Amino acid sequence: MTDKLITANHLGDGLVVFLTAEGGWSYKLADARVIADAELEPALALAKAQHEAGIVVDPYEIEATVVGGIPVPVRLRERIRAAGGPTVTYGEAEIAERAATLKHAG
Amino acid sequence: MYRYDEFDHEFVTARVAQFRDQVGRRVSGELTEDQFKPLRLMNGVYLQLHAYMLRVAVPYGTLNSEQMRMLAHVARKYDRGYGHFTTRQNIQYNWPKLSEIPDALAELASVEMHAIQTSGNCIRNVTADHFAGAAEDEVADPRPYAEILRQWSSLHPEFVFLPRKFKVAVTGAERDRAAIQVHDIGLHLKKDAEGRLGFAVYIGGGQGRTPMVAKKIRDFLPEEDLLSYSEAILRVYNLNGRRDNKYKARIKILVHETGADEISRQVEEEWERIRHGALKLPQGEVERIREYFAAPDTLTALPPSPVLAIERARDPEFDAWVERNTHPHRIPGHVSVTISLKPIGGTPGDATADQMDVVADLAKRLAFDEIRVSHEQNLILPHVAKRDLKAIYDELVVAGLATANAGLVTDIIACPGLDYCALANARSIPVAQRISQRFGDMARQRDIGDLKIKISGCINACGHHHVGHIGILGVEKKGEEFYQISLGGSGDEHSSIGEIIGRGFSTEEIVDAIETVVDTYIAKRESHDETFLAAYRRLGQAPFKEALYGQA
Repeated sequence: MTDKLITANHLGDGLVVFLTAEGGWSYKLADARVIADAELEPALALAKAQHEAGIVVDPYEIEATVVGGIPVPVRLRERIRAAGGPTVTYGEAEIAERAATLKHAG
Repeated sequence: MYRYDEFDHEFVTARVAQFRDQVGRRVSGELTEDQFKPLRLMNGVYLQLHAYMLRVAVPYGTLNSEQMRMLAHVARKYDRGYGHFTTRQNIQYNWPKLSEIPDALAELASVEMHAIQTSGNCIRNVTADHFAGAAEDEVADPRPYAEILRQWSSLHPEFVFLPRKFKVAVTGAERDRAAIQVHDIGLHLKKDAEGRLGFAVYIGGGQGRTPMVAKKIRDFLPEEDLLSYSEAILRVYNLNGRRDNKYKARIKILVHETGADEISRQVEEEWERIRHGALKLPQGEVERIREYFAAPDTLTALPPSPVLAIERARDPEFDAWVERNTHPHRIPGHVSVTISLKPIGGTPGDATADQMDVVADLAKRLAFDEIRVSHEQNLILPHVAKRDLKAIYDELVVAGLATANAGLVTDIIACPGLDYCALANARSIPVAQRISQRFGDMARQRDIGDLKIKISGCINACGHHHVGHIGILGVEKKGEEFYQISLGGSGDEHSSIGEIIGRGFSTEEIVDAIETVVDTYIAKRESHDETFLAAYRRLGQAPFKEALYGQA
């Protein structure tokens, strides 16, 4: 049986957040409250209330497995979300990475 | 280029103020997400996988250096120092904060830019040939008509809540570089036997989950009837398009289900009713708009430059770049330059703020202050004197913008995919990067020749995979990314939808599979001059299927 996490996007900055054990929200996956099936309904109700209160947008539950004390989302989509950004480097970092590769190759 | 009049200024400024108020009310809790969502979408604001996304319109892909500098400024101040140029000639910012978006829009409005109608079920940004006003083979510049359509369609009260989004593309040459046959309306600007300007009108093309090549419903529509005829098409669609099913709501489904002949009859009937009314284009007004797009007075014919030949002979990389990344210009001594946003192994369509500034600076100093965004996710300097090519090239090299791959196998279109997009099922960017690296050797790319690879991370087909010579569609299968290959698609004047070749490939297999397809083409082509697409059309699926999957 897998555990559940509740995730959403923060209203103000749009970034991915997770419901924490304290009933707040964190940008860090490691802070996410791991929720057993039986506890899911009240947790979702809390998250929904936070949506209504204009703190987060569109909360929903995702499946996760706990590995070494850290929850890891089951679906790739959610793993990418949880990482807080794309799986590729972007912007100036991408330019720098390519320059380093070329230098290495040269 | 077109300059805002008083009405445009007021309209855009008022919209920014209105949206600022809406954002304020959302943040204060006065508006719910359900109430706010349609309002933010009307202003180009999506909520994506990681953050909000702001899509800014670049009408018909045309902008000047001041506007490009502003795009760079917005990238720096409100985002993470870069932007993504899209297949609809727009730019997307991936990380804006909701509360700061009104400020970004206010700054954009100061250079006559906005995000209106870049989302929602309305008439979207009208796209055009990126070489418009410059190409040697052009009958006339399509952008004045794109601008007329923009003015007509902006907040057109009847067409603000269409069954689904609606996309119009215009080309002014026989060679279609705007993919008009895969748009809801495609307009091909041409001249009739008497030399009058008008349009061949195509409707019902599109990609997405049900790809269709458009049907030509009129071979020649006089220029003056552009708006009345467009209004007739939109009215027939708005009344009869399906609203019961989002996936069947585009005009292509209506055309397909009703039949092109019957739709054409309905459009003509409606048009007869309104064609002599207020929408008839006054010639003076067409001329007035055309003036905005007139080439600069200083753009005049130049004698052949002996210097260019010497520079090309001296520098083989420059020579290769001139060969691939320049396009014939109607004014002797000039070319249009493609600035590739497809560095080997890079993210297709991305540009950093610094790179945008470099392009703006080059446009200002050496390219008549004009820049274009191509639907192939590159930037264009439409007017460049051949004698200035080396100077431009040298600066592009420093900025990492001189990849000599326009139209080659590494000039890949890719949607943001699962790295950014909330709708995607699979990643596009890493696949594009790996294919680009595999074929990175320039000599090999040139040997392969013209070949368009297009990648979408879901069935919505933002990466145009249906019209890729090689199309790649990412899907999710049992929690894993899989990639389906289609071959033989094309988005030009001989448009075709690619055919799925067989079962999909895993992330690990897909690049090898693409190489197998390319190698099969190389082995089977009649000569170096037979392109991939021509060879595929001659050979059919069989040899590629056999190479990929073995004997049946």
